[in-house]
Amino acid sequence: MPGADLSSFDATTVPEASMTTHKPQNEAEAACVIADAAARRIPLSILGSGTKRALGRFTQTQDVLSSAALAGITLHEPAELVIAARAGTPLAEVERKLGEARQQLPFEPMDYRALLGTSGEPTIGGVAATNLSGPRRIKSGACRDSFLGARFVNGRGEVVKSGGRVMKNVTGLDLTRLMAGAFGTLGFLTEVTFKVVPSPETQATLVLEGLSDRRAVAALSAGLGSPFEVSGAAHLPAGIGAAGARTLLRLEGFESAVGYRTKALAEALRDFSAARVLDAQESEALWREVRDVTFLVSPRDTAIWRISVAPSKAPALIDTLGAELSARWFLDWGGGLIWLACGAEGDAGALPVHEAARLEEGHALLVRAPDAVRAAVDVFQPQPEPIMKLTRAVKQSLDPAAVLEPGRIYAGV
Amino acid sequence: MSEIAFPAPDRKILARRDEIIAGLRRVLPEGGVIEKLDERRAFETDALTAYRQVPLAVVLPRSTEEVSAVMAYLHAQGVPVTPRGAGTSLSGGAIPQEDSVVVCVAKMSRVLEVDFANRVARVEAGVTNLAISAAVAHEGFFYAPDPSSQLACSIGGNIGMNSGGAHCLKYGVTTNNLLGVRLVLVDGTIIDLGGAALDAPGYDLLALVCGAEGQLGIVTEATVRILRSAEGARPVLFGFPSSEAAGAAVAAIIGDGIIPVAMEFMDAPAIRICEDFAHAGYPLDVEAMLIIEVEGSEAEMEAELGKIIAIAERHGVTVIKESKSAMETALIWKGRKSAFGATGRVADYICMDGTVPTGQLPHVLRRTSEIVASHGLRVANVFHAGDGNMHPLILYNVNDPQEQRKAEEAGADILKLCVEAGGCLTGEHGVGIEKRDLMGCQFSKADLDQQMRVRQAFDPAWLLNPAKVFPLDARS
Repeated sequence: MPGADLSSFDATTVPEASMTTHKPQNEAEAACVIADAAARRIPLSILGSGTKRALGRFTQTQDVLSSAALAGITLHEPAELVIAARAGTPLAEVERKLGEARQQLPFEPMDYRALLGTSGEPTIGGVAATNLSGPRRIKSGACRDSFLGARFVNGRGEVVKSGGRVMKNVTGLDLTRLMAGAFGTLGFLTEVTFKVVPSPETQATLVLEGLSDRRAVAALSAGLGSPFEVSGAAHLPAGIGAAGARTLLRLEGFESAVGYRTKALAEALRDFSAARVLDAQESEALWREVRDVTFLVSPRDTAIWRISVAPSKAPALIDTLGAELSARWFLDWGGGLIWLACGAEGDAGALPVHEAARLEEGHALLVRAPDAVRAAVDVFQPQPEPIMKLTRAVKQSLDPAAVLEPGRIYAGV
Repeated sequence: MSEIAFPAPDRKILARRDEIIAGLRRVLPEGGVIEKLDERRAFETDALTAYRQVPLAVVLPRSTEEVSAVMAYLHAQGVPVTPRGAGTSLSGGAIPQEDSVVVCVAKMSRVLEVDFANRVARVEAGVTNLAISAAVAHEGFFYAPDPSSQLACSIGGNIGMNSGGAHCLKYGVTTNNLLGVRLVLVDGTIIDLGGAALDAPGYDLLALVCGAEGQLGIVTEATVRILRSAEGARPVLFGFPSSEAAGAAVAAIIGDGIIPVAMEFMDAPAIRICEDFAHAGYPLDVEAMLIIEVEGSEAEMEAELGKIIAIAERHGVTVIKESKSAMETALIWKGRKSAFGATGRVADYICMDGTVPTGQLPHVLRRTSEIVASHGLRVANVFHAGDGNMHPLILYNVNDPQEQRKAEEAGADILKLCVEAGGCLTGEHGVGIEKRDLMGCQFSKADLDQQMRVRQAFDPAWLLNPAKVFPLDARS
C-alpha cells in the first residue's frame, strides 16, 4: 500500500522528518497543492505509490505529491473496450476488473519492483506516466498507443482534460500521449482512460535453441514478418535463465488458431532450428520473466540499461558493448529492446552505452544504478539541441514555474 | 461565402507580394514557385469545397532542404504558411488564406527505404497512402491505416490529421503506425523525431506532431511500420431489419472477445447509393448493413465467421452474404470506400466525423435522423461501427445558400450530440476550419488554453496554418 511504499522512497531521498507528503483526496485538492507550490516555487516530486521512484535522474525535493488517495475505477464498458480509473488506482485492481470480463490491457505493462528493489502496489497513473510497455508492444503497441484520455493538473494548478474514451479521436492536440512517458514533469495525472482488448483464450511459445544473437534476431525477424501474429519475440543468450541460448516466439489467440499457427510458424522457421513448444502455463511463466527482466535482477549491485534500436542493429551494438563492459544481456521486441547489465562503478557505462546507441540511431535509458551515479550521468539519452529547445519550451508551456518533478528526465526540464 | 471566418489578411503582407515571391524564387530552383492567379486557384480549397481562399503564392519544394530554406525565409518575413499534401482534407485543413504561402509537399513522393527485416518503410511526405502498401506488397506486407481517399491522399496529410480508415479497429490509426518523422520547424530548423526503433527518448513529441494539422512544423519524411498481411481476408455482408439491431450485433461481437479486422455500417440510403455506383451485390431490402471482415487461414476465418454468424442470428440478421472470390471482395470494399464519391453523384453533401461510445450508436443514429429531418434535409450513414466513428452524410444543394446554412446547422447539432454522448467532434478527419468553432463544446477554456500554449512552444508567432483548429476568439 502507499504508506509502506513511501517509506522505501523516503530512505532513498530526504530524511522523513523534513519531508511533506501531499495526498490530495480529489482533483480540486491536487490543483490547490500545485497552485500553491507554483506560487511559492517549491518543486514537488510526483508519484503514485513510488515503485518506480528509482527510475530516471536522481532528484531531491522537500515536498511530495502522491496520487495514492485518488483511487477507484470510474468506467469499464467491456463491449466498448474501454476502462478509466483515477490515477492512484492499483494496477492490480485494474487488471482484476478487466479479468472478470476476460479482458486485459493490450501493452502488458512490466513490473519494475524486483528489478528496482521496491515494494508497494504500482498504480495505473504510474503506468501511464512511465509509458510502461512489455513484450506485447511489438504486436499491440506501447502504453501510449492504448492511452485514450487523461485528466491532469498542469504546473499552474489548472485542471486540464485531453482525449476521451473513444478509440478514434483527433480533436485538438494529443496532450494525452504527451503525458505518457513524461514522468509527471508536465502534469499530475488524476484520471486515465485506456483501450482494452479481449484476453487471448490461450497461448503457446516456440523455443528455438542454441542460436547466436545474430541468428536469433534473424529468426525473430522472420517470425515477426510471418502472417501468424507473433505477440512476443525474445532471445535469451546462453547463461540467461538456462545453460543454452533460447529464442522465443509467442502466439496468442483462440485455441484452434494458436494450435494451427504454432505448427505453421515452426515449419516456417525450420531452417533456423527445430522448435520445442511451451504450453500455455509454461509460456505465461516464461514471458513474465522476460517482461520483468527477472534474469538480470541479481546480482543487485549491477547497473541495468534499457536500449531501444531497430532490431537488426542489436547484434552489432551488443558486440561492441558486451565485451567493453563485461555485460550480460537479453533481447526483447524482436531484438529492438536490449536489456543489459554491467558494472555500476564509475559512470555505469553511460558514455559508451549512449554513444553506441546514438551511432545505431537508438537510445538508452539507465534503469538501475546507485543514486550518486544517477545524479551524475545522463540517465536518458542526450538529444540534439533543437529537440532539447523544444523539450524545454513544451515543459515551460505546461509548468512555467518548474514545480512538477523538475530534472527527472533532463537537467533543467 | 461562409459563416466560418478566416482571420483578416495582413494588408502589409499582401502589399509585399512581389517582394515575397522574389524572395521565394531566390531560395527555390526554377519551377518551384507558383504565382499566376489561375495556377494558384488549384490550391484555393481541398475536399471541403464550400470554402476557398486564393493563397499569396504556392511553393513546390523537392527536398527537406528546400522546405527548410522556404520556412527560414518566410519566418524571417513573418508570412503565414499553409502546409499541404494532396489536398484531400474533408475539414478544410489545407485551405489557405490570402496572406499565406502554401507549402505543398506533393513533389516529394519517393519511397526512400523499405526495410523488411525491421518492418519499417521510410518515405517522403508526398507519397500517397496506397503507394506505401504498393511498395511493400511484393513481400506480402502492407501499411495499415487506410483512409477512403488512400489512392490520392499523402502520408504527410495523414500524419497531419492522424488519419484512420476502415481497418483501424484491429490495426490502429496513423499515430499507432508512425515511428518517426523528419520535421521542418517554423524557422527552418530540421529535426528528426523517433526513427526505426519502437520508442524514442524524452517527451513524445511525435505524438504531438501526429494530428497537429500542420501547426507544429512541416513533415517532410516519415518512418512507418509495415505489417505482414494475413494469410487471407474475407468480408461478409450482414443485412439487418433495423439500425438498432445492427448496432446491438456490433456490441455483442466485441463483447464476445472477437475483434474483426473491420466492421463497417451502412444505413438504407447509403446502401442504395453505393450499390448503384459499385454494383457490389449489397442487399437492398434491409434497413442496415454491416460489412465485417475476418482474417487468417481458411480454418481460422471459418471459425471466427461461425461465431460472428451465430451472434448476428441472435440479433435478427436477415441476409448473410460471404465474398466468394477476390473480385467480390474488391467490389464489396469498392462500394464502401467510394461511399463519399458515390454520394457526390446524387447530391452535394457535408460529411460529419464524430465518434461516440459504441453503446450510444443506436441513440445517436436515431437522433441524427431527427436532427437532419428537422432541417428539412436527408442523411445517409456510413461509418466504422467497431470504433463508433460515425460519418453522417448530410445531403443538400450547394447552390442554395439557405440549404447550405441548414446543412451546416444540422452538422453542428450532430457533432454536439456526439460530444454529449461521451464522444468527440472528429475521429479521423481533423478539426480544420470546419469544426474549429465547435471546439468549445468539447473542451473547457483551460483545456484549449493549454493546447494553444503547447502549440506556441513550436510556433510562438502563429505562422503555421494559423486559421485552423482553435476558435479565433479563444486566442489570447
